[in-house]
Amino acid sequence: MKSNKNTLKVFAYSYLIFLYAPVLLLPIFAFNDSTIISFPLNSFTFKWFAGLTQETYLQESLKNSLFVAISTSILSTCLGILASRASSRYEFFGKKSILSFLILPLFLPEIIIGVALLVVLMQLGLPLSLWTVILGHTLVCTPFSIAILNSAFANMDMSLEEASLDLGETRFGTFKRVIFPMVSPGLIASLLIGFTISLDEFIIAFFLTGTETTLPVYIWGQLRFPAKLPGVMALGFLMLLLSLILLLLVEFFRRRMNRTTDDQVNVQFGNLFKHDKKRTRDSKKNHS
Amino acid sequence: MEKKFLRDLSLDFPRGELTSLLGPSGCGKTTLLRLIAGFEQPTKGNITIDGFQMDGVEANERPTNMVFQSYAIFPHLNVEENVGYGLKRLNLGKDETARRVDEMLNLVDLDNYNKRPAHALSGGQRQRVALARSLIMKPKVLLLDEPLSSLDKNLREQMQVELRHLQRSVGITFIFVTHDQEEALTMSDRTAVMFEGQIVQIATPQEIYSRPKSKRVASFIGVMNFIEGQLLKDGDQNTTVDAGILGNVKVNPDQMPIPLNSGPVTIGIRPEMLTLLIEDQDRTEFEIGGVILEGAYFGDMTNYTVQVKGLKSPLTISMRNTAGRRVLEDGESARVGWGADSLVILNKS
Amino acid sequence: MDRVKNWFSSDSSRGLTLIGLPFGFSLLLLAAPMLLIFFLGFWTQDYLVLDRSFSLDNYIEAWTEPMYRDLMLRSLGISAAVTLATVMLAYPMAYFISFHGGNRKALWLFLVTIPFWTSYLLRVFLWKVILGYNGVLNSALDWLGVIEEPLTFILYNANAVIITLTHAWAPFAILPIYVALEKIDRSYLEAATDLGDGPLKSFLRITLPLSMTGVVGAALIIFIPTIGDYVTPKLVGGKDGLMIANMIQVQFMKANNAPLGASLAVSAMGIVSIISLVFLALNRRWLRKRGS
Repeated sequence: MKSNKNTLKVFAYSYLIFLYAPVLLLPIFAFNDSTIISFPLNSFTFKWFAGLTQETYLQESLKNSLFVAISTSILSTCLGILASRASSRYEFFGKKSILSFLILPLFLPEIIIGVALLVVLMQLGLPLSLWTVILGHTLVCTPFSIAILNSAFANMDMSLEEASLDLGETRFGTFKRVIFPMVSPGLIASLLIGFTISLDEFIIAFFLTGTETTLPVYIWGQLRFPAKLPGVMALGFLMLLLSLILLLLVEFFRRRMNRTTDDQVNVQFGNLFKHDKKRTRDSKKNHS
Repeated sequence: MEKKFLRDLSLDFPRGELTSLLGPSGCGKTTLLRLIAGFEQPTKGNITIDGFQMDGVEANERPTNMVFQSYAIFPHLNVEENVGYGLKRLNLGKDETARRVDEMLNLVDLDNYNKRPAHALSGGQRQRVALARSLIMKPKVLLLDEPLSSLDKNLREQMQVELRHLQRSVGITFIFVTHDQEEALTMSDRTAVMFEGQIVQIATPQEIYSRPKSKRVASFIGVMNFIEGQLLKDGDQNTTVDAGILGNVKVNPDQMPIPLNSGPVTIGIRPEMLTLLIEDQDRTEFEIGGVILEGAYFGDMTNYTVQVKGLKSPLTISMRNTAGRRVLEDGESARVGWGADSLVILNKS
Repeated sequence: MDRVKNWFSSDSSRGLTLIGLPFGFSLLLLAAPMLLIFFLGFWTQDYLVLDRSFSLDNYIEAWTEPMYRDLMLRSLGISAAVTLATVMLAYPMAYFISFHGGNRKALWLFLVTIPFWTSYLLRVFLWKVILGYNGVLNSALDWLGVIEEPLTFILYNANAVIITLTHAWAPFAILPIYVALEKIDRSYLEAATDLGDGPLKSFLRITLPLSMTGVVGAALIIFIPTIGDYVTPKLVGGKDGLMIANMIQVQFMKANNAPLGASLAVSAMGIVSIISLVFLALNRRWLRKRGS
């Protein structure tokens, strides 16, 4: 048993090295004073970061990406709220199939989604713009929002809502004063996840972007020019830092949401595989 | 969707009284409470509170408030915010709200708990906050859904007394759902017994206990011995019941909770209405011989199972353990004594 | 009238009203485009003119042209290899976290996911840096004296694609398998040991079958989208590592033959779906056989 555990431990650490290999190279080359991305290293420099301020296209696409990511996170969170509220609170015809349909984009290759949307837009004669990218991203981010918000809504005892109504509050007031404050950690987590995914998404953006490009599309373009690569490394490093900060925020809010189950951290993807989350109205109907 | 049945249900809750709805789980008592609160809509029939029809009136507009089984204390608010929750819509102003909240906290013995966060409250304190939160709304009817079921035994008994006291002092109509018959008997002015969506008897606790309308009510509330018998009616004045081995007994009309005709009936008698005649000089109106099968000692009481020749099942007899009274041994023969007025005549079956 | 009124205030209608918007959004932006893609495959395009008469030409071309067939088979092979490799590597990791993670489970899960918040494009690109002729790996091996000549079979071919994608999908396998393992009641394992099963036997008889939902979830979430991966083959695949998605992209963008691209996309999705369904069915049968 003991040797078994040690073998696993050695494996786990080696696997971790494999997972971190590319990421660790990022800061190395971001601070390396050489235009060639390879060993041996030259001296330490900040010039690639400084160079980023000169790139007008970069700033343009960063602005576009932020616009797309913010819009996407808001839209997918709104759709997620509606869907997870419906699934955690009500029983209705076709509930299971509708929910699986909403989660479907998670299982589809992004190129299919990109191509399919592209064809529709071409057929309708609609021009490609940042909005078309937002639509595509919302489709991909909504399943994540649903997964996160589902657990937020399911954690809510239904008698809390009834208590609020009972004390004279309206349905809207109940939402504002009880439901919203209670699910807000989940809402923030959903917003941040949507933002992060959208900010990094390339394929759909590549197909649906018009004249204005997003940051990943810009990076894709830069990858062809060896001279631009160190700058791209620096940019990537900054984006990694941003993602990490956002992720830590997500963690923070998730923990606040379910203080009791600290173990369950970071299993938002895993949530999608939990079958039969039947926690809806059963508790209410059992006694009477 | 699950079906919920309440049938042929018609009852009045007298103003200022504490009426309990008692029944096994699934009998519809919580559904009835939720109908009154407005969380469920009746498919037929109507509810009137203080002369006003409640049909189409939403839960938030009814003059009722509810204490939930789970208490439903808002976890993101502190005690004072919980208690003052419903006042916010009345726009009373800060000072008046604070005054009323303090008054309520005082009423439920939670003075100075104002800033305590919800998750730092004990079960009993949650219960008090839930009560204060509802009572502050000055409801015409306070609905309580098994409010004591999640408390441990000692606290539950203490809260029963306090709740009863509170109800008397505020004078609000309480409707109290419980599946605990003792709780219903100690607390209520009146108790409505429900089975399968129907109210089978509504009366004072004493009446329900001593004059249950059916075998089912009798055995749901406490223990009752049942004996097969024949009812013999002779005009209006003389009603006798042939209790087989126990002989012919003359009974009063009030011993029949529902009017019965001559024929086979079930005779009920509570264990504490039977007595064991231990000393030779002990006498009662009627007596019969039997053998002690088993005695179960409870401290203040001893419950005996006594086999009487000619009866299908043994009798259960409760005896107080008073000073100098001997506890009988298993296998000892004994005399069982009883009085005619302790019998209840019930429909057979 | 009453019935209508009742329906509108019922649970069913409230639920449907709420979910209506997200459902409508998905219908419009997912179902409708999918249907259109499906039909598009039966049309033909001549330069910019779309001929909407029904024709099987695109599908015939997609299925008979050796170039497309090779690409399709290679894509399926790569997807299968990536799925297998990812799951095989992720399972022991998830097992380690779940059974030996102690009170550091959350930290381990966090560590496992961090690398995947680096830009996807840059991660793939950095693999090129690692695997290249003068890359990190070859330099390191050379420095260690393990090799005389740089290894060449690790870049610009299918191997490079498989290595990179096995890295890219790791958290999508680790997390669902971890969740499935976490749900296993540990007393089952104690019961098995108590009944005389050794560690291996109790793993095969209890842990593996009970964690199969996670494995299947992981396999599907990797296998299906991998067939559509475009960036990795383009960056590290070279000529021999290109996949069907690259061809789909070419047909839609450069070659201006959207109908052929659509028929390739639909064919790829169809094949992958059928394989997934067969896989699900086999798994179900396997579990049932175990169960009885």
